[in-house]
Amino acid sequence: MAAVFIDRALVPSSTGDELPTGDVPHMTQLPFWRRYVFSQDHKVVGIQYTLTGFLFMLLGFIVMMVIRWQLAYPAQPIPLIGGFLGVANAPGGIMLPEFYNQLGAMHGTIMVFLGVVPVAVGGFGNYLVPLQIGAGDMAFPKLNMASYWLYFCGGLLMLASFFAPGGAAQSGWTSYPPLAVIAPGQTIWLVGMVFLITSSLLGSVNTIVTVVQLRARGLGWMRLPFFVWAQFVTAFLLLLAFPPLEAAASMQLMDRLANTSFFMPSGLVFSGQKLTVAGGGNPLLWQHLFWFLAHPEVYVLILPAMGIVAEVITNNTRKPLWGYRALVVSALCIGFMSLTVWAHHMFMTGMGTTMSTFFQVTTMLISIPSVVILAVLILSLWGGSIRFTIPMLFALAFLPMFGIGGLTGLPLGLAPTDLHLHDTYYVIGHFHYVVAPGTIFALFAGVYYWFPKVTGRALSNRLGQLHFWGSLICMNIMFMPMFIQGLGGMNRRMYDGGLQYAHNQPLLKWNLVIGMAAWTLGLFQLPFIVNLFSSSRRGTLVDRNPWQATTLEWLAPSPPGHGNFESEPVAYRGPYEYSVPESDTDFTPQFSREARP
Amino acid sequence: MLELLGLPVQASQHASGLDQLLTEVHWLMAVMFIGWATLFLLIVVRFRSGAHPKADYVGTRGWGARLAVGIVAAEAFLIIFHAWPVWATRTPVAPSSGEATVVRVVAEQFAWNVHYPGADGRFGRTSIDLMGPSNPLGLDRTDPFAVDDVATINQLVLPQNRTVLIRLSSKDVIHSFWIPEMRVKHDVVPGLEATVWFTPTREGEYEIVCSQLCGLAHYRMRSAVSVRTVEQFEAFLAQEVRSQTR
Amino acid sequence: MEIPYSVRVRPDTGFTNGQLATWLFLASEAMLFGGVFSSYVILRAGAEHWPTGTLNIWTASVNTVVLMASSVTMSRASMSLKQGRWAVYRRFFVATAILAVVFLGIKSFEYAEHLSRGEYPSVNNALAVYYTLTGLHALHIVGGLIVMLYLLGPGARLHGTNPGLFTNRVANTGLYWQFVDIVWLCVFVMLYLL
Ligand code: HEA
Ligand code: HEA
Ligand code: CUA
Ligand SMILES: [Cu+2]
Repeated sequence: MAAVFIDRALVPSSTGDELPTGDVPHMTQLPFWRRYVFSQDHKVVGIQYTLTGFLFMLLGFIVMMVIRWQLAYPAQPIPLIGGFLGVANAPGGIMLPEFYNQLGAMHGTIMVFLGVVPVAVGGFGNYLVPLQIGAGDMAFPKLNMASYWLYFCGGLLMLASFFAPGGAAQSGWTSYPPLAVIAPGQTIWLVGMVFLITSSLLGSVNTIVTVVQLRARGLGWMRLPFFVWAQFVTAFLLLLAFPPLEAAASMQLMDRLANTSFFMPSGLVFSGQKLTVAGGGNPLLWQHLFWFLAHPEVYVLILPAMGIVAEVITNNTRKPLWGYRALVVSALCIGFMSLTVWAHHMFMTGMGTTMSTFFQVTTMLISIPSVVILAVLILSLWGGSIRFTIPMLFALAFLPMFGIGGLTGLPLGLAPTDLHLHDTYYVIGHFHYVVAPGTIFALFAGVYYWFPKVTGRALSNRLGQLHFWGSLICMNIMFMPMFIQGLGGMNRRMYDGGLQYAHNQPLLKWNLVIGMAAWTLGLFQLPFIVNLFSSSRRGTLVDRNPWQATTLEWLAPSPPGHGNFESEPVAYRGPYEYSVPESDTDFTPQFSREARP
Repeated sequence: MLELLGLPVQASQHASGLDQLLTEVHWLMAVMFIGWATLFLLIVVRFRSGAHPKADYVGTRGWGARLAVGIVAAEAFLIIFHAWPVWATRTPVAPSSGEATVVRVVAEQFAWNVHYPGADGRFGRTSIDLMGPSNPLGLDRTDPFAVDDVATINQLVLPQNRTVLIRLSSKDVIHSFWIPEMRVKHDVVPGLEATVWFTPTREGEYEIVCSQLCGLAHYRMRSAVSVRTVEQFEAFLAQEVRSQTR
Repeated sequence: MEIPYSVRVRPDTGFTNGQLATWLFLASEAMLFGGVFSSYVILRAGAEHWPTGTLNIWTASVNTVVLMASSVTMSRASMSLKQGRWAVYRRFFVATAILAVVFLGIKSFEYAEHLSRGEYPSVNNALAVYYTLTGLHALHIVGGLIVMLYLLGPGARLHGTNPGLFTNRVANTGLYWQFVDIVWLCVFVMLYLL
């Protein structure tokens, strides 16, 4: 039976029209809004997550292009959109400091909580995990729908906060009290976070149960594609690290709405006025609770990306993944250890030598599994027959880019060197290398790789090349100078880009360079957007396994119908059996019973 | 490497020690990056499908695998070795106030208030009830210890080659006290008093940079810092005492 | 689309989907309460003075007894349902819901008393912790109550169509309920008695 599928998969299809879509009649009978809006099908939910997340990412990027204008040309009217920002934010098109702070905080929030994580976990995880483990859907389809809509509401709330009196949150995405407790905009941010946290808790329970319970026959733990492992560990991180932030958010809400003093110490004086709160609180408590989430959160940003990269790399080297076991063990180590390093964001708060030693050591230790993962992925290329497809280009670029971001984490992880670098653009450079040309590139790789599965059509290669090379170059011109600025002592979160300070004077010229690169990067996203929309209608039709890949999702029709598989899938072997000696083809899918068909 | 990093000038005794460590870590990073990047490029070129049409099933085996494990182990060793804190340059034992010039710095949105104890070496009493526009520190001038105290706003004057101990506190939100050239940075958290100490070695004009987002004027929460010879420093204090207690 | 293992246990993992999900959910709940409890410990340890004796140990003790009783009725309910004794199950399940209402009633009496004495959350951090922690716990009781009412009302129809799934739902509700009771014990000991 399985052999039948593999035969079908091998037949190149010119039009693909004759392929069954696998649509179960029951599905097509549902009204439009049940099928595409309040759908419980994991694929629809996954697409909803991906599109919403990408829209937010685009918004976060536009916000950042506006910010980079202010940094490149401080106090000059913003072109094009300056007039639409409103007098409260940008009179005469010139951005006010409070608006700058809102944009900064919201850029961070949008990118992390509304953009990248929803796409990587909600989008890719939802769409692919059930397919890769041979399941018909997630374990709890209703819950899945609920978590998307909670996310959607949280996102809307966050957006709405821009139009609320006083504007959006403006105390950084880190929301340190006491500033966050007294600053406008924060209440909506907190309520929005409660929505997002609830959404991601439901999602992570769903993912874990799905992976544990719904694996197809024959799919043992060590036969799972690495992507599934990555999502599995990620789900645990979300499950365990988010609740303390939810607790902290409730306490900050109490501080704002019920005038409690969880985070407010005694004796505060604001511009000569004593603050009338009871006091006795502890501002650092918030930081501990926040970073207890937010450090695992950064691995939530990177683990799914590593999963995507591992899939794309094995497929395009046409050989088994070298060191699969080491990858899995490292991912698990990262998972556990990421709960023990949070205070490396707090070295400058004066936490005492013992504590700071502890967190320096754990921070250095957690870099080791990351080194192992990178080493495995690089050595896995050895002996391959590398095809430079668009997904592969993005996946390959991910490696050195994540390398730069990861390596610059090392001086931040040592308290004495962090002393000079903390809160400078060096930190901004560090983490943007891991999240932008790192995670975002991996997401792009994933889009190009799985687009044929989702739509049955391929993306244009020419536009893809343009998108890749343009993005790679611009990202580097944008983020590399940030290290120079940071080492030279330029601080982040500066409304005027550090214009005030003498030591920044030689560094200011880079602000212009970075701005130019950011706007050019924006232009280079146009081919991607055009590609997505035009190819989904007019792209070349492809068969169900165009990359000649081995994992289970390629057994299903493209796009898979409701219930995914036409008959029960069975896994007969490990996930990456490429170039098996004496096999006729250079790939032997998990679902093919015979080693030699 | 140090020149490459382009750090601000070193103006305190411990600055060169910190920079030394920063340089070492960047060497480690450079070696790791160049090593891996070279290997990466070599592999990508060597095993492109044009040059290597049929992939190997096993991948690297034997020496390759052993080498990889060796490299990773070496990196692990270096990284862990670096983890042993070189915090020594910032010894946790604060100098006693006898051997150091003690200054209080009180941060507020958006200014740095500086408080010198004066000739008696004791800070006068302060109270939040007395704080106001003309007395941002809330200094109680009726307290005998306060008589010779000196208060300045956004002007920190320090003696050269003498250890200074700065007691940091905040009136409202979290700020962060940073003098880049001194390689001194510490968060100023309301409700907690922190101390930092260092020995300025280089005469000249510097700045305190606020390094923690503290509100809309965070970007210009700046104070002048000037390091003067001990004689000039004493003269400055004497001058200020005269003008402030009049 | 039929989801496997929602009624029967998957042999190699030993779980039904709902069971596993409930345990995972409880793990995250433990982290949530853990966050609040550790904040309480840190605030209290750092305080110069922590007012004690304002809380009403008497009502809290009554509430402890009420919740312990509900814990017993809940486990009897889900056990009887497993044995197929529908009427007994109904009786115990209704009793649990009533006990939950009693708990909330006593709790709101306690709140009203504090508020009438001007003991608002803003007065000091002891009261702030008290309101936050007991409020969060009360929200969990309300959540459990809503689930119970659903299972007694419209949700009971499932028993006719898919008795296995229905029994699992009741069992998982029971699991959740035991957890909420344990949290209450922690609240009682750490907040009222210490
Ligand atoms: C995806 C996100 C992500 C990832 C993966 C990491 C990874 C790491 N981060 Fe980063 N970090 C952030 C996101 C991330 N970080 C964010 C968002 C912030 C700022 C938050 C804020 O303040 O707003 C931050 C801030 C931050 C700080 C606080 C700085 C400060 O505020 O002063 C520190 C300090 O220790 C740190 C350390 C590290 C370390 C040691 C790693 C390690 O895990 C890295 C390990 C990796 C390696 C060591 C690379 C190995 C390289 C190779 C093997 C060779 C290269 C290969 C080729 C050339 C092909 N990070
Ligand atoms: C995942 C996290 C993430 C990502 C991806 C990014 C991406 C980018 N970030 Fe951001 N950033 C943060 C997280 C992130 N950032 C955080 C947490 C902060 C700290 C905030 C704070 O201080 O509190 C920060 C702060 C920050 C600053 C410092 C501001 C300051 O301190 O004052 C700067 C400055 O240049 C910056 C720039 C950029 C740029 C140019 C990108 C670019 O790489 C953006 C690239 C984006 C794209 C390429 C978009 C791709 C999407 C599409 C093309 C959409 C397609 C659309 C459809 C299909 C519908 N970021
Ligand atoms: Cu004070 Cu920033
Ligand atoms: Cu971190």
